[in-house]
Amino acid sequence: MQRIPTFSKGGVHPDDRKVYSRSAAIERLPMPSELIVALSQHLGAPAKALKAKGDTVMKGEKIGEASGFISSDVHSPVSGSIKEIRKVTLANSVQCDAFVIVPDEVQPADPEETVDWQSLDGSELLSSIKDMGIVGMGGATFPAHVKFSIPKDKKVDSFVVNGVECEPYLTADYRIMLEKGEQALEGAMIVAKIVKAERVIVGVEMNKPDCIDHLKEIVKEKGYPIEIVGLKMKYPQGDEKQLLKAILNREIPSGKLPLDVGAVVSNIGTCNAIYEAIVLKKSLYERVISVTGECIANPKNVLAPVGTKMSDLLDFCGGFSKEPEKLISGGPMMGFSFFDTETPMTKGSSGLLALGAQKKYRSTACLNCGRCVAACPIALMPAKLYRYISNGEYEEAMNTSLMDCKECGCCAYVCPAHLPLVHTMKTGKKLGRKKK
Amino acid sequence: MNKPTLTVSSSPHLHAKADTASIMWSVSLALAPASLWGVYVFGFRSLLVLGVSILTALLSEYLLGKLYKEYTLWDGSAFLTGLLVGMNMSPSVPLFIPFLASVFAIFVAKWVFGGLGANWANPALAGRVFVFFSFTTPMSSYVAPRTLASALPDALASATPLSLSKTAVSGGTLGFDGSSLLSSMGYPATDLAQNLSAMTGISAFTIDTFLGNVAGCIGEVSALALLIGGLYLLARKIITWHIPVTYLLSTAILSWIFGGIPSGLGMFGGSFLSSIFSGGLMLGAIFMATDYVTSPISHKGQIVFALGCGFFTFLFRYFGSMPEAVSVSILLMNIFTPMIDRYIIPRKFGDTRAFRKKQKEARA
Repeated sequence: MQRIPTFSKGGVHPDDRKVYSRSAAIERLPMPSELIVALSQHLGAPAKALKAKGDTVMKGEKIGEASGFISSDVHSPVSGSIKEIRKVTLANSVQCDAFVIVPDEVQPADPEETVDWQSLDGSELLSSIKDMGIVGMGGATFPAHVKFSIPKDKKVDSFVVNGVECEPYLTADYRIMLEKGEQALEGAMIVAKIVKAERVIVGVEMNKPDCIDHLKEIVKEKGYPIEIVGLKMKYPQGDEKQLLKAILNREIPSGKLPLDVGAVVSNIGTCNAIYEAIVLKKSLYERVISVTGECIANPKNVLAPVGTKMSDLLDFCGGFSKEPEKLISGGPMMGFSFFDTETPMTKGSSGLLALGAQKKYRSTACLNCGRCVAACPIALMPAKLYRYISNGEYEEAMNTSLMDCKECGCCAYVCPAHLPLVHTMKTGKKLGRKKK
Repeated sequence: MNKPTLTVSSSPHLHAKADTASIMWSVSLALAPASLWGVYVFGFRSLLVLGVSILTALLSEYLLGKLYKEYTLWDGSAFLTGLLVGMNMSPSVPLFIPFLASVFAIFVAKWVFGGLGANWANPALAGRVFVFFSFTTPMSSYVAPRTLASALPDALASATPLSLSKTAVSGGTLGFDGSSLLSSMGYPATDLAQNLSAMTGISAFTIDTFLGNVAGCIGEVSALALLIGGLYLLARKIITWHIPVTYLLSTAILSWIFGGIPSGLGMFGGSFLSSIFSGGLMLGAIFMATDYVTSPISHKGQIVFALGCGFFTFLFRYFGSMPEAVSVSILLMNIFTPMIDRYIIPRKFGDTRAFRKKQKEARA
């Protein structure tokens, strides 16, 4: 029997809990009465506002401009008028300015003409990706045009498409693969052209066998030189480090990028967005978000404009079936809990979860059991870091590779003493940086 | 829509089911077969010893919890310590001994160093070693198990097979391996063991030590019952194979290669199986050396730790003067644990040999 690939070090196996929303086809959200479009929907510097209060905007019009090397444009999801510009707090605690846009009654239809991307060269494609405000849609929201600009001295041989969706509950990428697989794979071919990769590989976890079959069919039909690889389920396989280890058996060293091992990794949802940006000339102003969890009455995968308030999404899905304990933006392992249902979604919002009350545990002392060490996918020693940080020895913690921690949550997930390990790592990083 | 009361907390928002208390109680459960066997073969008296040690441990924990205002009684760790202390007692000890051992374990070994998670020595072992060196005679007088009672003369029953052979070897009886030495001294075997011995060719004495038909501490006699508990812990993923397997194998291999030297059998003259089954090795390797708090945190470190335990157990068993190999070796390696954790760290992801080489070249 052939071995099913996965990454070797660490990892955990939470229940995948995708049953709630996996069979719900993508539905378009009816136009909300108000959108809050934040200017910081990406990693890096917030975009600069191009419009002012009272201005009218067109659907797809650029309303925020990238303000640095790592930054991204922001576009209006609707035609309408700007009611005001105000400070908002996003689900991930980022505070920034946002446009409050009131949509017009009648919205223009999506343009129907398509562009033949084969006739464009790499740099033209790259500049339209930048103009369309594409960012990584897996959650990290790294500006795509920066990722795909390959420095002269680096060579990329493989483009790896991340269709893993290893976070429990989330099914947005799953539905995209099933319903928009053709588009997404064509998007992957576009990226392969930009980064000049010889191999294109799509990694999908084995809990989505229908996606694997479907994508393989498309590849066969269209004759794309794309490999579809089934991966053994393990969290956090959707992290680019773990994904490259699983698929190419390459390890990205500390502080390096996939580029340094000759690869580029991108989410399947991003590939779909790139297809829409290049071929349909549609800037990134809407995305698929899974609204799911035990407490959602009708879990759905919703195609919603960026800036939609979480309350509109909740209403569309029938509200709560029982009182939730937590609302989470993103997945349950790395997502952010938030308390204000008026919080807007962004380009990186892959999920909105309403989770019910969970068993409460009291933290005990660290038992030194080593589960965190065994679970850490980058083989750090979370218990040791925890001790250093709680004792205020930030420098010691930084020297013990604190900065390599990516807060995937495996350590805190397995900790029998229920220590707030991820929370401590986050605090330690902030204070450690300050001390330096 | 009604506004729910929402909790905001750091990720992750999911958690594996285990917690400290469930782990501690599971380990106690895993010790049940061995303790029940001990109570069966040594009678009511052993139940009394277990009861005293457990109650004392719980009471000590309760008092200290009151003092420090930390209510840790129900995390199960004090119960487990008490149980292990009792299992490490001879069934015939005066009851003040398990009392003192448990008090020492909880007060001195555990709480003086900061309570659960902060102690450097395994509390149960520290308690046992404390009373062993304080009251050596009652601690090393044993009684015959029910299954051998009529056949085992008192002179042989009062010591464990390991100390009997040790005494014989140091007294000049050479040329026998462990089990033939004991049968030459008239150590009996159960019928079952003799039948199994005829079938397998393994000596009847080794089979009896495996099943638990020998004199010894309450909880250590039956290797089989301890193995059942160990397999349960492995299946529940409470322990990993690293410590028990490495510990047992290293002791057995060293005993097989060098264990024959003191008794005049030369290299490769020691017995592999009976070295695993006899004494407190099985109890120590599965339940004491694997104590989370006092063993290294990484798997690599655990293997080094277990190799050390195995080496010292072999050394003390065959060349030491006291029949106290397992507990002293584990305590000794407990001392090394912080050092192992400091220097043996897992290879970080991406820190491959190729990468290191490249970095070195870049620096040069």
